[in-house]
Amino acid sequence: MAMVEVSFTAVPAHVRTARLVALAVARRAGVADDLIDEVRLAVGEACSRAVGINQGKSPDSAVTMRLVDEQDRFTVEVVDVGPLEASVAGPEDLDLDPETLAEPVADAGRDPLPDLLPPGFGLAVISGLVENVSVTSEGDGTHVRMTWPATDVMAPQAE
Amino acid sequence: MPILLEDRVDLSLSTRTEGDRTVVTVGGEIDVYTAPKLREQLIDLVSSGNYHLVVDMEGVDFLDSTGLGVLVGGLKRVRAHDGSLRLVCTQERILKIFRITGLTKVFPIHASVDEALSATD
Repeated sequence: MAMVEVSFTAVPAHVRTARLVALAVARRAGVADDLIDEVRLAVGEACSRAVGINQGKSPDSAVTMRLVDEQDRFTVEVVDVGPLEASVAGPEDLDLDPETLAEPVADAGRDPLPDLLPPGFGLAVISGLVENVSVTSEGDGTHVRMTWPATDVMAPQAE
Repeated sequence: MPILLEDRVDLSLSTRTEGDRTVVTVGGEIDVYTAPKLREQLIDLVSSGNYHLVVDMEGVDFLDSTGLGVLVGGLKRVRAHDGSLRLVCTQERILKIFRITGLTKVFPIHASVDEALSATD
């Protein structure tokens, strides 16, 4: 088993940093090319969510991302310092009514982004995207764990 | 399709007018860091009276739910003026997030800018 852990200040700019690190480690772990975009998006969603939560609750607390390369699987765990929001659902439970989403907003002002999509949206994207995902509330905060199959790069190649 | 670790410009934006429509060409990554820049652009366009927008996403190589939120916000704003917001996208990796979230039912998604410009439905 090999592990990389990254802790970063809860600022949006470092979500990209985290994505890039995760991609580099995923490739090294032997995650298939056709899953790499999924890893990239899921890690981005998990880290964006964690940054938002830490910023709201404890801006000085870092977000932690752990990347674990085991023989035949690659796991990403993202930890924030907040409680789990109530809505942890798949996209089908999000009640994203197209009519509601497309409703005009009379005041075209500079309202904040989170108002536009329901809370839990990022997690719903992750559950719609990743087959093996768990979200748990633990003593130190919420842990989002996502696992992908990987080829064992140390295994002898078949001739 | 290698994703390079190069430090390029995160998001590029340019706009041009085509008849009564405005084409916004977006390139790079739309995420929690860059999405506010796109939001400002869309707000500025609507504030200056451009209500029919075509957002060309063919040059976008990453889009997350924050970016989707900005597009939904743009759609709500133009609709307040009986306008439209059309997307141009053929990339599977970008289309996937629209499908997962059901937003394919919210946005008209076109295969080319020409198609989006001539669409009337």
